[in-house]
Amino acid sequence: MQTNLKVIGDTKKSFVTGNEAVTWAALAAGAEMMFGYPITPQNEVMHYWTRLAPKYGRGFLQTEDEISAGFTVCGAVQAGTKAFTATAGPGNVLMQEPFGMAEAMRLPLFAVIQQRGGPSSGTVIYSQQEVTLTTYGGNGEGHRIVYSTATHQEIYDYTIKGFNVAWKYRFPTFLLGDGYQAKMREPLEMYDPQERGIEIVPTYPLIGLDGHIGENREPQHLCNIYSLEEELYEVVMRFAEEYESISPELVEYREEQCDDADIIILSHGVVSRAADDAVKALRAQGIKAGSFRPITLRPFPQAQLREAIAKSGAKKILIAESAYGQLDRLTKQEIYGETIKIENLFKPGVGIIDYDIVSKVKSIL
Amino acid sequence: MITPAVPKSWYLPSKPHKFCPGCGHGIVLKALGETIDELEIQDNTIFGCDIGCSLLSWDFFACDSTQTHHGRTTPVMVGIKRARPELITIGYMGDGGGYSIGSQHLLNAAVRNEKVTLILVNNTNYGMTGGQMAPTTLPGQKTETTPYGRDPELTGYPTRGPEFLAELTPDSAYIARATVSKYKQLKRFLRNALRNQIEGNGFSFVEVLSTCPTNWRTNAQQTWRFLEDEMEPYFPVGELKSPFGKGGDK
Repeated sequence: MQTNLKVIGDTKKSFVTGNEAVTWAALAAGAEMMFGYPITPQNEVMHYWTRLAPKYGRGFLQTEDEISAGFTVCGAVQAGTKAFTATAGPGNVLMQEPFGMAEAMRLPLFAVIQQRGGPSSGTVIYSQQEVTLTTYGGNGEGHRIVYSTATHQEIYDYTIKGFNVAWKYRFPTFLLGDGYQAKMREPLEMYDPQERGIEIVPTYPLIGLDGHIGENREPQHLCNIYSLEEELYEVVMRFAEEYESISPELVEYREEQCDDADIIILSHGVVSRAADDAVKALRAQGIKAGSFRPITLRPFPQAQLREAIAKSGAKKILIAESAYGQLDRLTKQEIYGETIKIENLFKPGVGIIDYDIVSKVKSIL
Repeated sequence: MITPAVPKSWYLPSKPHKFCPGCGHGIVLKALGETIDELEIQDNTIFGCDIGCSLLSWDFFACDSTQTHHGRTTPVMVGIKRARPELITIGYMGDGGGYSIGSQHLLNAAVRNEKVTLILVNNTNYGMTGGQMAPTTLPGQKTETTPYGRDPELTGYPTRGPEFLAELTPDSAYIARATVSKYKQLKRFLRNALRNQIEGNGFSFVEVLSTCPTNWRTNAQQTWRFLEDEMEPYFPVGELKSPFGKGGDK
């Protein structure tokens, strides 16, 4: 496909929705194809893409369902094309099947998840209830890379990074946003990644290779099913080893004022903005609060969180999330053995503001 | 020119193949291999196989090949073709994968006139999983999940795939039903189905009536009798839609 890579000329300030940020970033990252199926709150990713893509020589297909959207991406990336999809909620559930295939076949699949309320059709609005599904969904071992963004700038930055990471490591990679981030507008600085010195990882085909079979190349036989237990075991163990070896270079997190914190507020995604504001408010009232935010939910910054607990000497962690304990479970399995008391503020499918966190902290200190 | 006994496009390290004795898949794949050779498309063909007995073909060809999931071969081939239109994509599936779990992919790919070639082997049952009822199981036919025979009152009548696909597709599509009992015709239909993709016309689909003596629990004679006397009357063989017209495929 003839793509015009030059999408963003000079860096420009804009005021856009998160879904629009995804689209511009995907174009800037050189994404060549999007496959998608309508579901709120990610629809505008497709809407912007279908308007902009033809201008830059990129393709689109609206598939019959999310299963098909996921599998068409699997096919396109096997053929060496930078392809992606975006979905939410029940669509994310359906896409677990192709995501599993991408895990098994080490396909450089990139997907944007804009979380909505659940279970079932839930709400079309917002939640953080797709953490478990996106990190560990499917009948595998969660060999995935998941970035949980908090701002439109991060949506832009991590969409570009997500494609790069997917093609560099060939583990399926996800940008985990939510309905708030998808729909609200906020300032964004759009830039050309190459102008910023961000190298775009080149794509390459796994099938449909050049040359003549039997003369100068062998046929490729890609598989995801094995006859023997031991064959599968070796494959999964190799993936696990690779995943663990690259995890230190992938892990990203942010912490605020944890050094002397009596309480660490742990949150991810858009809720971390409320946590940061709560830290400011609590500090102003003389309460030593800090915040810790995993940006990568997979792999999880467990060593960094343990370090934050150790250096602060904090007595409590407050886990705040718009779900009923999905980040909580993820965190507990990652920092097993720590004796710090873990409190929670669970608001499944409902937004969390600084006031909620401040009140909760005061009630437990 | 002497035609070699083994198609050039076969992958020899995987031979002898893994299908049961008497299974029709070997015949379909031989016809397909010879067709790939004749059309000289081995280097740019992508062969994708479904899960089920069709999976056993995953390393059958010395062509770039990929395994998919049960029912999902159609969207994977669509993704490849949309990404790289110069590649020749062949999706290979069974009746369960195509007409049951993957039916909405099949139907919608046909409606969109996707320029892929799909080959669906109809042996009236789920062979790999031990012989359960398929969408194509004939009325009265005994399977593991219809031990007293398929009752259309309970489970409906067998799916006639090419007939419904012919209704959904434009004239540029190629839709046919072949049988392993008519080898030359089978090859001709496969050739047309690939030619239709090569020429960029549209969707191409061939259902092939095939045999499953293992799960039918039939001997050689009974197997062939079931194919010709039971299946072929219910599933009429022929081209249902062809851009090449009558005789235009010679």
